[in-house]
Amino acid sequence: MTLALAVGVAALALLPLGYIAWYTVDLGWAGVRELVLRPRVGELLWNTARLVLGTVVCCAVLGVGAAWLVERSSVPARRVWHVLLVAPLAVPAFVNSYAWISLLPGLDTYGGALLVVSLSYFPFVYLPVVAAFRGLDPALEETARGLGLSTWAVFRRVQLPQLRVALLGGSLLVALHLLAEFGALQMLRYPTLTTAIYDQYRATFNGPGATMLAGVLVLLCLGLLLAELRLRGRRGYARTARGAVRPGRPVILRRLTAPALAGLAVLVGLALVVPLASLGYWLTSGRASGADWAGLATTTGSTLLLAGAAAAVTTAMALPTGWLAVRARGRISTLLERSTYVGSSVPGIVVALALVTLSIRATPWLYQTVPVLLAAYAILFLPRAIVTVRSAVEQSPPLYDDVAASLGASAPDRFRRVTLPLLAPGIGAGAALVFLAVVTELTATLLLAPTGTTTLATAFWSASSALEYGAAAPYAVVMVLLSAPATALLSRDARRGLTP
Amino acid sequence: MSSLTVTALTKAYGTAPVLTGVDLHVPERSLTALLGPSGCGKTTLLRLIAGFDDPDSGTVTLGGRVVAGEGRGVAARRRGIGFVPQEGGLFPHLTVAGNISFGLPRQQRRDGGRVRELLQLVGLDAEHAHRSPHQLSGGQQQRVALARALAPAPSLVLLDEPFSSLDAGLREGTRRAVSAALTASGATAVLVTHDQAEALSMADQVAVLRHGRLVQLADPRTLYRSPRDLDVAAFVGEAVVLDAEVLHGTAHCALGAVPYDGDLADGRARVLLRPEQLRLSSRASGTGGVVARVLGVDFYGHDSRVWLSLPDGGTVSARLDGSDLPSVGDDVVVTVRGTARAFPAGDADSGAGAATPLSTVV
Repeated sequence: MTLALAVGVAALALLPLGYIAWYTVDLGWAGVRELVLRPRVGELLWNTARLVLGTVVCCAVLGVGAAWLVERSSVPARRVWHVLLVAPLAVPAFVNSYAWISLLPGLDTYGGALLVVSLSYFPFVYLPVVAAFRGLDPALEETARGLGLSTWAVFRRVQLPQLRVALLGGSLLVALHLLAEFGALQMLRYPTLTTAIYDQYRATFNGPGATMLAGVLVLLCLGLLLAELRLRGRRGYARTARGAVRPGRPVILRRLTAPALAGLAVLVGLALVVPLASLGYWLTSGRASGADWAGLATTTGSTLLLAGAAAAVTTAMALPTGWLAVRARGRISTLLERSTYVGSSVPGIVVALALVTLSIRATPWLYQTVPVLLAAYAILFLPRAIVTVRSAVEQSPPLYDDVAASLGASAPDRFRRVTLPLLAPGIGAGAALVFLAVVTELTATLLLAPTGTTTLATAFWSASSALEYGAAAPYAVVMVLLSAPATALLSRDARRGLTP
Repeated sequence: MSSLTVTALTKAYGTAPVLTGVDLHVPERSLTALLGPSGCGKTTLLRLIAGFDDPDSGTVTLGGRVVAGEGRGVAARRRGIGFVPQEGGLFPHLTVAGNISFGLPRQQRRDGGRVRELLQLVGLDAEHAHRSPHQLSGGQQQRVALARALAPAPSLVLLDEPFSSLDAGLREGTRRAVSAALTASGATAVLVTHDQAEALSMADQVAVLRHGRLVQLADPRTLYRSPRDLDVAAFVGEAVVLDAEVLHGTAHCALGAVPYDGDLADGRARVLLRPEQLRLSSRASGTGGVVARVLGVDFYGHDSRVWLSLPDGGTVSARLDGSDLPSVGDDVVVTVRGTARAFPAGDADSGAGAATPLSTVV
C-alpha cells in the first residue's frame, strides 16, 4: 500500500522528464537536429554557460570569504553579520532584480545580470560553508599553525581542502537555481535557455521549439545533478571530526579589521539594503499614485490559500516516500526517493510546459485548473518535504512501537500516541518549507494558474513587466515579509554553533 | 506474576538459523539471565518471548497460557509482558510521568500517586516526574524505563542489555537499584546480557546461549564451579586449563596431583582451575607443590594477577588478594586449593594450558 503510493508519487515527479524524452523520441533525429543545432541555441547556451560560470565563481568567493570572516576571524559583531548574510534569501531573486533595474535601467547587460544573481545566490554557498567551518576541528588548524604556517597558508592548505565538499555542493545549488531562474533574468532582459523557452512558449504556444530548448536545459540540469550525486557519495571525507568540537581561537585581524568590516558592509549593503531601500522607495511613491489595497488583500488571500493547499498535498505525498526510505531501506526505496529529487531538479519552466501540453492533450478538462498547478508545485518542492519527513521518521525508530505494544497499546493507539507526535514536528517543518516556496513561485504559476487567479508573484510580475514599479512594490513587500520567518529559521539553525 | 516456559523454540532469518530448539524454564518471581556473546541469538529469544516476532516452531507458555506456537500467536500488547530496551527507549515527546503512566488505563494516567510510587520503587525522587527524558542521565533513563515497564503490573519483565550503555561507575548503582525494584515488585524477570559478572551477580539462574542453542542452565555458583564444557568455563570467568592424566580420582597435571570432580574414565583429560584457586608461598616454607617462576604481576589494587611459568614450559595465572606480592623473577611454590573440574581430553578448547601432555610431578 505504502509502496504503491510512493511509486505513484515518483511517477508524478518524473512526468515532465518523461514527457520531454517521449517528445524527443517522437520528433526523431532529423527534427531534433533542425531545432537544436542552430546558431540561436548556441548563443543561448553561451549566454547561460558564461552566466552560470561567472555566478558560481562570484558566489564561491563571496560565500567562502564571508564565512571565514564570520566563523574564523575576530571581526566585531559576528552574530549580527551572520544574520545579515543569510537575510538576502528572504528577497526572491526576481524581486531583487526588479529593485536594481528600477533604479538603474542600464543594468540589462552581462555584468548587471552577474551582479544581481550573485547577490541573490551567494547565501547558498555561504550557509553550507559556515556549517562546514563549524564542523572543522580547530585542533587541525592549531597544529598547522604550530608547524609554522601563516594564516593564509592555513586557509589554503588545511581549511580549503576540507571545505571542498561544502563549497562544491553550494556551487552546484547555485548553478541549478540559475539554470531554472526565469524572473530575475527576464526582468534584466538577459536571454538564457529558460527565458527563451518562455518567449517561445508565449510566441508559438507549445511549439516543438520550446520543448527542444527544454530538452537541452534538462540535459544541463541532469549533468549537474550527476556531479552532485557523485560528490554526495564521497561526503564522508568532510566528517573526520565527530562529537562536540572545542571552539578555536579566532584569527585576530588587527589593522585589517576596518577593511573586513567595510567589505561585509558593502556586501550586505548591495545584497540587502539596496533591494529593501528600492522597495521602500517604490512603496512610498506607489502609495502616492494610489495603490490597489483591495487587490493586494485578495491576491494575498488567494496566494496563502494556494500555498496552504500545496503544502498539505505535497507533505501528504512526501509521507510514503519518506517512510519507506527509513523503514524499508533498500534499492527500491532509494530509487523512489531519488526519482523525486531528479524530478524536482527540472526547472519550473519545463515542468509547467510539460504539464500544459499534457493536460491539453490528455485531460483537457484539467487544463488551467488548480489541481494541475498543485501538481506542478508538488513536483518542484517534494524534496523539501521528503527531507524533513524522512528525518522525522528517523527520530521515531520501530523500537518505540514495540515498547508501546508491550505496554498494551493497540495499533491505532500507537499511531496516535507515539508515531504521530514524533512525526508532527517534521511534517510541520516540511509543510512550512513548501508553503514558503510556493508563496514566491513565479514561473510555473505564470503558465499554469487558472485564468483570473493571481498570486503575489504573478501580480507583481504583471505590474513590473508593465514598468508600473510603484504598483508592483506592495506585492514584493508582502512576499519578503512572508519569507522572513523561514530565513530567520535558517540563520538560527546555523548560528547555534557559532563561537561566542 | 507467572512462570515462563519456552519449549523447542526455533527461529531462522532467511536461511540463517538464529535459534535452534531452545528449552528454558523461568520460575515465578525469579530473575534469569540470558548470557552469551553478541550474535548468539539472545535478543531474538527475548523478542520471541515479548511477541515482537513469531517463532518458526516451538512454544512460549506464560503462566500456563500458550502465547506463541501451536498455531496461536497472542499479540504483544495482550501478553502483559514488560519490556526494557537497550538505552531505555523512553518516548522523547513525553515527560517522565507521561512515560511511566503510558501503559496504565486512561483514568489512572493522571494519578500522580501511582507515578510517585513507581519512581520510589526504582529509587528516583518524585521531582523527576516532570523532566524530559533528555534531562536524565543514562542510569536514570534505565530506571524510568523499568518503572514504565512495571507500571501495568506485568506478569513478566524482559530487560535487553539494560546496562551495556552505561559507564562503569553508573552501572553498579543502576544494577543494584534495578535488582531491588524487581525484588520489591515480585516480578519474574529475564535479563539479556553479554557481561558474565552482571549475570553471575544479579541472576537466580543463568542460561548460557551459544550459536542459537542453550548450552547450560544453572544457578550462578554451579555454573561457575561446574561449567558444562571448557568454552562455558572460559566464558563465565578466567580459567586455568591444563592437560592431565586421571588416575583413581586424582588428576596429575603440571600443578601436581589435584582432586577433581566429573565422571571420567582413567586416562588423558583436561582440568579446569580458577586463578583464585592457586596459592603461592615462598620456596623456604614450601611443603609439596610445584616451583614456578614469576613472569609478571598485574596490580589492580583490590587484588592482583601473577603470571607464572611452570617447569613444563606452560604459563598460568594466579589471582592473589594479599599485599605480600612476589617480584618478577622470583621462584615461588604453587599449591592448589579445592578441587579441579575435569573434562575429557577431546573437549573443545582453544589454547589455554600447558603444551606438554603430562608433566613430571615434583
